Amino acid sequence: MSKSRDLFAVAGICVFGVLLIATNFADRFVTQLPQDAKIVSLDFDPDFRMIAAAEASAVGPRDGKFGLGRGATKREVAAWDGDISPDGTGLPIGSGDAIYGEEVFAEHCAICHGDFAEGVDNWPELAGGLDTLADEDPVKTVGSYWPYLSTTWDYVKRSMPFGYAQSLSDDDVYAIVAYILYSNDIVDEDFILSNETFLDVEMPNKSGFIVDDRLTSEAHFWNKKVCMSDCKSDVKITMRAAVLDVTPADEKNEDSEASAAVTTSLNQVGEQSEALVEVVNLDPGLVEAGEKAFKKCKSCHQIGDGAKNKTGPHLNSIFSRKIGSIEGFKYSKIFKSMRDNGRVWDEESMVEFLASPKQYAKGTKMSFAGFKKEKDILSTIEYLKSFQALN
Amino acid sequence: MADDFSDKKSSRRQFLAGAAALGAGSTAASSLSASDDDPLITEVQEWAQITGDGVDATPYGLPIEFEKDVVRRNVGWLTADTISSINFSPIHALDGTITPQGCAFERHHSGAIELRKENYRLMINGLVDQELVFTYEDLERFPREQHVYFCECAANTGMEWAGAQLNGVQFTHGMIHNMEYTGVPLRTLLNEAGLNAAGDLKGKWIFVEGADASSNGRSIPMEKALDDVLVAFKANGEALRKEHGYPARLVVPGWEGNMWVKWLRRVEVLDKPVESREETSKYTDTLAEGISRKWTWAMDAKSVVTSPSPQSPILHGKGPLVISGLAWSGRGAINRVDVTIDGGENWYEARLAQPGTKMALTRFYLDIEWDGEEMFLQSRAHDETGYVQPTKEELRETRGLNSIYHNNCIQTWWIKSNGEAENVEIS
Repeated sequence: MSKSRDLFAVAGICVFGVLLIATNFADRFVTQLPQDAKIVSLDFDPDFRMIAAAEASAVGPRDGKFGLGRGATKREVAAWDGDISPDGTGLPIGSGDAIYGEEVFAEHCAICHGDFAEGVDNWPELAGGLDTLADEDPVKTVGSYWPYLSTTWDYVKRSMPFGYAQSLSDDDVYAIVAYILYSNDIVDEDFILSNETFLDVEMPNKSGFIVDDRLTSEAHFWNKKVCMSDCKSDVKITMRAAVLDVTPADEKNEDSEASAAVTTSLNQVGEQSEALVEVVNLDPGLVEAGEKAFKKCKSCHQIGDGAKNKTGPHLNSIFSRKIGSIEGFKYSKIFKSMRDNGRVWDEESMVEFLASPKQYAKGTKMSFAGFKKEKDILSTIEYLKSFQALN
Repeated sequence: MADDFSDKKSSRRQFLAGAAALGAGSTAASSLSASDDDPLITEVQEWAQITGDGVDATPYGLPIEFEKDVVRRNVGWLTADTISSINFSPIHALDGTITPQGCAFERHHSGAIELRKENYRLMINGLVDQELVFTYEDLERFPREQHVYFCECAANTGMEWAGAQLNGVQFTHGMIHNMEYTGVPLRTLLNEAGLNAAGDLKGKWIFVEGADASSNGRSIPMEKALDDVLVAFKANGEALRKEHGYPARLVVPGWEGNMWVKWLRRVEVLDKPVESREETSKYTDTLAEGISRKWTWAMDAKSVVTSPSPQSPILHGKGPLVISGLAWSGRGAINRVDVTIDGGENWYEARLAQPGTKMALTRFYLDIEWDGEEMFLQSRAHDETGYVQPTKEELRETRGLNSIYHNNCIQTWWIKSNGEAENVEIS
């Protein structure tokens, strides 16, 4: 501690900073903070520069600066700084309406969120639920819950579509957001959402939030005098978890790693070598490389023992399978017509498809843009082949 | 009676008091003289004759096979896909306070990515004097700190709001881990970029963002950023695991796990919060009347008995029993834990294995003489700010049933006379 005081005295340059910040800390609040923030650090030493300096050794820098890192370029900052604030700060120039948005939504979003933003399976519903927040089971959607439109734009642009984030153009994002608003009856279908009309949109639940008030509304949880003996009598069970029975059962400790799955399926292939002679000659190195390349696919496609259809169909025994033929999977129109024309997945068609899915199957809902490297295509195919014996 | 239990100096007195409290005599000590010889002792065993594995049999060791069920577990029906999901630490089978990285719960929004140190960049931008980019190597050249902190998902125990639901402490309380972090204070990095450009720091914010496809981002008030937030690159002495944000993550002591951004790539200084998806549509707590609390960052004091519990039943019958549990608070150190075995008629002050430290797990024990009768086990944490862990009823009265997040209620395990346990609610 004395060391830091010495530094304080020596580093005259810092004193100005110290006083400035100390004054500033005693100054006004710009944004209301939850009361919690107070107990964090009201008595926190405002001179963080001194703390930084004290943390350095006596031979370290006096102003707490280490001269590490380099200046960020404008383009670097622009590439990463994409957050959008409630007042529209950060929005790029662009526009889109719900009519076009419906098309883009159907292509990129509907597979999880449903054609009408109603949500498929456990995926989030984006529309409906107005006035349900006080109900027993509130339905929280963009329309019923989200207080700021900026959040929707920001999230769609930076994090969606799931499995292929940051791939939508600004205009497409405006259109998708317009469609989500339209699905929630917040705007008409011909409303053009743009950086200029953005603040015209009023979100239904914009006043539905309060800043954390636990320190006052739950003050009774503090300094409570607790009872230690004869506190109550006649304790009875009012609810049991076993009645619901939703706890996962004990599982066998399976080797669920994909590499183990490869081994298993290869073994199975070996056992059935008569039927699948060609598959036995897999190149293990290529299969391994394919397993890595397949990471780009596995957010949507399962493969291996027990693989199920997810966002995309499962890929077991894909070769020699009719295109678009897994029962119960909702294929894009293009795959349905390929199936009706009797097309079959073979190595040739797979190479073409993986190089450019949208070119091979125009209108596919699959968001993946394709592998750029030929070796990724070939290794992925080898990996897919190693699951040829599974159903 | 309770006073006897709180007398930490006398474990003997504590033991006797426990025995008396449970109405158990000395009948438990029935197996002191055995009639049959134990072949494990009288016969030479295989492991005492032949040799075992040499060094390097497992260059990075894993737990012995007999412990292979002590693993993270997932609840399939909770989420649509494991890529955007959560699993649970096996706290029913752990003791002490440090969670091994290999079984510390995971929470991903777009899966655990592989980011090489060479490809790691951390940008500081916004209201700073000089916008900067650090490499991983740069991070290792700043003065470091070490701290043990718990990281708890705000949704831990969230499935229990409406009633007792999941039958195991791993599932009711396992969205938590506790590690020793090595890292650089965020204030050091902010100072490197310079905050004069931000002017008045009161009311200023930072926005932190990860490098994965989810772009998970959260706004944090400047006071917290300059206080105890760390950019960590080691946990429990070794590199962070992929699933915990390798090579660098944010550590936000005491605050909800969602703010502990993994694969941290950017820290922006702002004059207002961003109001991102994870701080508006998620991680906000809807109260009974439909209004929702936001910015509920601090994790309230909480505790739970980890054993005995549904996944860790009593197998040894009546007699000496160690009741063991964990307590923690996001507002400071745990300074007391009470335990009841009769559903709250009488409480005893538990023994803290070590004095509580700020925003870290504390292990507690109550050593009793079990009489073999059914018990209703509960624990009640107290922290240094005077906060006392509430009952489920008290929480529901204040918040309703739809908060999802921040459920820090007192948990009840019904221990049956056969030693099995079940998650229940009691009157």
